[in-house]
Formats: sequence, structure tokens, C-alpha cells
Amino acid sequence: MTYIAKPRISHPSLPKNELGLTTRDYEGAVSTLCAGCGHDSVTAALIQAVFELGIEPHMLAKISGIGCSSKTPAYFVSQAHGFNSVHGRMPSVTTGANAANRDMTYIGVSGDGDSLSIGVGQFVHAIRRNLNMCYLIENNGVYGLTKGQFSASADIGSKPKKGLPNQQEPIDPASAALALGATYIARSFSGDKEQLVPLIKGAIMHSGFSLVDVISPCVTFNDHEGSTKSYAHTREFYNHVANIDYIHPSEEIKASYQAGDAMPIHLHGGDTIVLRKLDRAYDPTSRAQAFKLLRERFNAGEITTGLLYVNENRAEMHELMHNIDTPLSQLPYEGLQPGNDELRKLQGRYR
Amino acid sequence: MATINDVVIKIATVNGTGSASANGLLRKAIFRMGVPVVGKNYFPSNIQGLPTWYEIRVTGDGYSCRSDRVDIMVAMNAQTYARDLAEVEPGGCLVYDSTWPRNNLLNRDDITIIGIPLSRMCNEHFEGARARILMKNIAYVGAIAALLGLDLDIIKGLLEETFAAKQHLIASNMEAIHLGYDYAVKSFPCPLPTRVEKMDATKGHIVIDGNTAAGLGCMYAGATVGAWYPITPSTSLMDAFRTFCGRYRVDPETGKRTYCIIQAEDELAAIGMVLGASWNGARSFTPTSGPGISLMSEFIGFGYYAEIPAVLFDVQRTGPSTGMPTRTQQCDLLSCAYASHGDTKHVLLFPADPAECFYMSPQAFDLAERLQTPVMVLTDLDIGMNDWMVPELEWDDSYVPDRGKVLSAEELEGMDKFYRYLDVDGDGIPYRSLPGVHPKGAYFTRGSGHTKLGAYTEDSAEYQEVVDRLLVKWETARSLVPEAEIRYSKFNKAAILSLGSGDGACKEALDRLEKQNVGLNYCRVRAFPFTDAVREFIEQHEVVFVVEQNRDAQLRTLLITDIDADQRKLVSLLHYNGMPINSGFVVDGVLAEIAKGRAA
Repeated sequence: MTYIAKPRISHPSLPKNELGLTTRDYEGAVSTLCAGCGHDSVTAALIQAVFELGIEPHMLAKISGIGCSSKTPAYFVSQAHGFNSVHGRMPSVTTGANAANRDMTYIGVSGDGDSLSIGVGQFVHAIRRNLNMCYLIENNGVYGLTKGQFSASADIGSKPKKGLPNQQEPIDPASAALALGATYIARSFSGDKEQLVPLIKGAIMHSGFSLVDVISPCVTFNDHEGSTKSYAHTREFYNHVANIDYIHPSEEIKASYQAGDAMPIHLHGGDTIVLRKLDRAYDPTSRAQAFKLLRERFNAGEITTGLLYVNENRAEMHELMHNIDTPLSQLPYEGLQPGNDELRKLQGRYR
Repeated sequence: MATINDVVIKIATVNGTGSASANGLLRKAIFRMGVPVVGKNYFPSNIQGLPTWYEIRVTGDGYSCRSDRVDIMVAMNAQTYARDLAEVEPGGCLVYDSTWPRNNLLNRDDITIIGIPLSRMCNEHFEGARARILMKNIAYVGAIAALLGLDLDIIKGLLEETFAAKQHLIASNMEAIHLGYDYAVKSFPCPLPTRVEKMDATKGHIVIDGNTAAGLGCMYAGATVGAWYPITPSTSLMDAFRTFCGRYRVDPETGKRTYCIIQAEDELAAIGMVLGASWNGARSFTPTSGPGISLMSEFIGFGYYAEIPAVLFDVQRTGPSTGMPTRTQQCDLLSCAYASHGDTKHVLLFPADPAECFYMSPQAFDLAERLQTPVMVLTDLDIGMNDWMVPELEWDDSYVPDRGKVLSAEELEGMDKFYRYLDVDGDGIPYRSLPGVHPKGAYFTRGSGHTKLGAYTEDSAEYQEVVDRLLVKWETARSLVPEAEIRYSKFNKAAILSLGSGDGACKEALDRLEKQNVGLNYCRVRAFPFTDAVREFIEQHEVVFVVEQNRDAQLRTLLITDIDADQRKLVSLLHYNGMPINSGFVVDGVLAEIAKGRAA
């Protein structure tokens, strides 16, 4: 239905956020992806998340690489600044943009093709820098725009529409991020908005690098019998480990969370997320436990979802570099150079 | 016959033996005597063990290129002894460490061989292997000081400045100076007929390398984000920026920085960071060399099409491929001018020396932001890493950065609707908004086909309208880039045209040719696209000798493609062996062409 222009009228009863905006104000252009594409559900979750957080649209940068997933920044928050870059290089653009202005919110949208092949180096190094961003991977195990080749996240034994099953080890972005020291790692499913929206909100509010790996089935090239990234397979082997509720600083933490199940985690900015653990013994602040869990469930053929790991104690890039609090792009020129008298003096050593 | 202030000293050592500071001391001492000097470092791509040379040209006439001869060879490296000996000009001399006599090695009777037992003397006077090696270097400086008639007080003054914080080193270094100096005075008639005498020709000048000057220029330009990946010979540019920012851009109370230097994982990321930062309103740059440009090319094309400012420094080294990383060339002209797939062309600046590296840094940022496009400053290893005497750098305190057509929050507020790629003024340059400034400024930045309103398109006419408008911008760029340096000696039909580090050799060659009654005009292009003055200059002459440092006549190709220069007029003189060009090459080349019947 991509030829139909979106109507600009919204119903007066639509709920408003703290800025007085409705979800309609956070929408983007009409999607040109296939009908039923998981990515469109992720887009909807993103819209819901930034709406609920009350982020000013123009203070949001949405950056992507190349591929189906990377088209999606056009489909949410029209009044945010979009940057559709080159293949696999969303992280470097986000790094530079964030270096220039630390006051904005950065959402990077990527896919398994974009992040786990040419982009794997930049993915890795954004994590190393603990870049303050929400890094979203719309993971479907397949290349859509070039019509159905396996991506690096395809599972062993997963069948393509035509040809032989994949035999190469998959790259699991969540496990990789855990090994590399990412400070917020979540996994979800495009078909589970209830779980996904709070995970995205937590990822945005987390100070440092947040990965949200979303299984987002490709209806055209990878939704058939024998595919491990299909809707049916994902639903069957889907396993929640720790869901979260995002609590705004102005809200009280509800009493309904039972001790033992609920675990409040205080974010840098004053917000809180409350973990609702479905596995009582699981502690998502333990990197070792997260490793063990991911590996064991993976071996059992399950797709572990929820907030897998969180660490609020590591400084993000600007803090690590001792950068000034004011965005570098807003510094007045006068303070950036010492003038001609000093230039004359400093040249003494070259005489 | 005495030769005053026209001598070339070449020092052959082993890489990693600490000779750089000794060589610098010698070069500075001559400069402090008021005599112009040129310092060239010929070093290997190696950390320790391979041969390295430092060449000091003492030039009372103030020429800036390397010489084509060696008068005094300081042969401290047994590995290259035979070759170093062969290189000395007849009548010149060779100084060697006579601790190990070399009687059975190749000898020459047309030069003076001066043996000084440097190792033996240093072993007797200093403790510890490292100190002995370092002091041996200082001792040869002492010997050369005696042979050339240098002022010991000046050397002492330099050591006092260098070791102000380590007083005990002043005495030991002076002791080493005297070991060499006294032995030379005692054993040979000093100074030599070829020697240095005080002048007053260095006042108001400094000796600096281009990378340091460019790093300083970036700080003065107000750059706040630098992203880079280390690569020879560009590394010291970011090192310099870091040093100057460390001194002037850190709040003394909070320790907070007003700059952000990111060592990227590779050049692909470095340029991505620069584009991201520039897109978001920071002055941002990356220094690199040829292999880095190859890697950055895809993103450079993105910057061209999405119209994002970026400043790149390409400190060129010898290609192709890895080539010779520590040798110089001007071999990236074409790969920079047309970097990336598709129809792209980029603004290039060609500084000729470190002073221009400094002044062209803010110019590059101004042009990049005015034109909303990547601008590349093409220096080379010779400019970037060698020591050049240039007039003291001046900063105009009234300078205000040209941020180009950036809309303020107020301007956006007052607009009905903002369209990113609309040519409102007819100069091919659209208006730009910065993220985070105003909701009306939001637009979608993309490398895919877009309309003049900024929307995605696959429509032929809409696509073509935008790429055609970029050509209008190209012509605007032509009117904004730095003008060529043009010299008319008299009414000549022939001329030399050059760029960058070829300038010194060409200017010296012009003088030498003039003495042989060959008068030539001169044009040094300072930017691409070429200005109208360059086009007219070529039109005015029957023969234009295009002097450049690459094999394939890349500057000549650019002249033909960009301004449709008459290729029959353009005679190439190509120097591409990796060593900096000298005037002899240009003189010989011009004379050979004239002998072949080329008019002059």
C-alpha cells in the first residue's frame, strides 16, 4: 500500500505524552517494505517507545546503514534527523554525530546483513567505546533486497527457499556483544510488542551502548518451513528470561512486583527499570551467568529473549574521554584557539 | 676557494639509534647563526636497524628544496658505507668513526676522508650502552661544528633549552660535543674551506614540518572532532593536534576537554565519524595517506552527494599499493579528485610548504562548510615530515569561521517549510540545518537518489536535476578556491607549471635557467578545480612544462579534464622515485626538452 499517502488527521482522543504530542507526531513516511515484514512491527515499537519517553523529535537522530532494516528510519519520527549512510557504517556515523553533540538521543537501526558482515568491525568498536546509543538489529537471517542469500546470523541447519541448508556457524549479536563488554544487551521478537517497547525504552535511557537484537522475520525470503528465523519457529522456541518495565522518574515503583521476581535497576539519568524475572535464579547483572544462559538455551534450540545483561557502572564515551558537558558543536569559536600572541610565543621552539 | 653558506651535510645512521635529536641540534645551530637551512629525513619503514639518513642543506640563498649533491657525508653506518662514500661530491669530505678503521674498504682520492674515533672516545667518557650510543651522535655534531665553523655558544644555548628540566644532561652533552669538536680541531685544519658563517637571513622565520603546522592550523580553525587511523606519513599531524589541544583546550580546573580525538578502528570508520560529526555541526577532520583515501572513497562519494562538509589531509606517500611508505610522491591527485564510484569530483588544496599547511587548514574548513562537501588537503611526506624554513606563522585575530549556509533556529522558525537540497541562491549551494536545532530543520540525509526537496526518488528527471545542480556548485567552488601563484619573469612563450612540494625545486630551477638565459614564467596551482587564471596562463604560453611527482602525469590529466587545456602544450617532467624533487631535475628536464626542439 506504499502508494497511499498517509492522512495527517489524528483523532482528538489520542493520548498525549508530556510534550503534548500523540503517537501520530512520531510517525514517519509510509513503509515500502513487504506487507507483514517484521521490521514494520519494530518501527511501531520504536514509535511507541520514543512517544512514551517524551523525546523531542528534533533531538533524536536515527541513523542506519544499507539494507531493508536500514530503510526503516524513514518510517518513524519524520521530525527527527535521519541519516541513511553506507553499508555497515552506521556505527561510525553515530560515533561522530554523538561526539559532536552529546545532548541528543541516538538510535541506530541496522540488520544482520549490515552489522554482522561488513559492519562487524564497526559494531565491535562502538561497543568498545561504550558509545551512548541504542543499537537495534532487525535480525532475520537473510538478505532481502538481493533476494534471499543467507546472512551471517543464519543458524546451522536453517533451510533457504531454494538450495541447501546453512552449515556455517551463526554470529549471535547478543553473545558477541556480551563477549565484547556491551553494557545493555536485550533480545526480543518483532511479534512481541509488549516485551519490545520497554526494552527499547530501557536501551534509549541507558547511558552507554545498548544492543537490542530483534528477531524480525522476513516474510518473503525466510518465513518458510525449515527456517529458524520464521514467525512460526520464533513463536515456538521463544523463551522469556527477564522482561522489564521502564519506570519514569516521576512514577512510583508499583508494589505489585513480588520480591524475588522484581529487580529494580537505576539508570544514570534517574530513571529506573524493573526487571520481571521469569527465571528466579537469573541475575542479568552477571556477565558470567548471561554467557551460561545464552549458550545453554542456544544449544537447546531456544531463542532467549528479554533483558539479558545490564551494567550501569561503566562510563560512556564522553565520560571516558573527559569531554566538556556542552556539545562540542555548540562551543563558541573564541574559546577554541589562543590567538596570535600565543601563536607567536609557541613558535619559540621552532626557532 | 672558500664556499660560504652553501653546503650539504648528509648523516648516515642506523634507525633507532637516537640520531634524530643530534641531527636536529646541528640543523638548529646553523639556523640560529642566521643561515637558512633545509632538513630532509630519509628513513626506512622500520623501527630499528635499517639505514636512515638526515640531510641538511645550508643555503644562504634561502632555497627550500633538497640539493642534488652531498659535500660532507657523516658515515656512521657500516651497512651503507660504500654507497655513502660514492655519493660524496668530488672535493667534498667524508667523516667516519675511526674506532674501526676502514682502510680495506673502497677508497677515493678525490675527497678528504676524516676519521674520528667517536666510539672509543665515548666509551672512555660515558657509562652504559645507551648513553654511549646517544653521546656518539652528539660527538659527531661536535666534529661537524668544528669542520663547518659553527658557534659553540649557540649549541650550548640549544642544549640548555632542550634540557632545561634535566640540568645534568647539559654538561654531559657538552662534554660529548667537545670530544668531537676538540679532536677535529686538533687533527684537521678547521674550519674547512666549505663552511658556515653568520648571516642575518633567518630572522622572522621558523623551521617546522607540515604535519605540525597543519595540526596547529586545525586547532586555530576551531576543529573539535578529529577521527583518524594511524598511517605513515600522516600520523604526526594528529599527534600535533593532540599536543596543541592538550595545551590550549583543557579546562585547567575541571580537566574537561573541548576536543574529541577518536582513534578509529580503520579509515572506513574514521571518515564515517568525520561525516557524522560534521553533519551534526562540529568542525571535523581526518589525516591519512593514499591507502586511507582508497578505503575512505565510498564515504567521500557519500559526502559529495549528501553534501556534508569534511576535511581530509592526504599526506601522500609512494604508491601503488603499500608502495614505499616512507618515501614521498604526489601520486594521489587523481584518486582524490575523483574519489568514489559514480560521477564525483572533489575540491583539493595543494599547500607547497608547512606555512601553507597552516593557512590552508582553516581555508579547508571554510570551503568545506561553505560548499557543503568534502575538501582534501594534499600534502606529501616531504612537506609533512621534513623540516622547512618558513616565515613565522601569523594568525588574524579577526578571523571568523565561515560556517556556510547554516540556518539558525530563528530562521527555521520563520520558514514555511525547509527543503534541504533546494538551490535558493543560484550558486548550487543549498541551505543546511543542523540536527537538534529546530523541529522544522529535520530532513533525511541519504546517499540514495533524492529530489531537490530531499525526498527519495528513482525518477530520472528528479535525479538528474540534483546531480546537475552539483555541477553549478562545482563552478562556485572554482571561484572560491585559493588562487594560483603566478610569476611572469618577462614575455616568455614557455612556462613551468607545478604544485605542492615541487614549488621549491621549480623556483630554484627558474633562477638557474635564468642564469643560462632560459627565461620561463611560472604557475603554481594551489587548488582543484583550477581557477580561470590557470586556464588563461596555459592559453598564454606555447609550451608549459608540467612538473609533478608521479609516473602518470596526473596533474596534466586534471588540467586536460577540468579546464580542457591543450594537451599538445603540456610537456611532462615527472619525478617519481620516492625522493623529494630537486632543482637539477627540473633544469635538466627543461634543457633536454629545449634541445629536442621545444621552444623556450
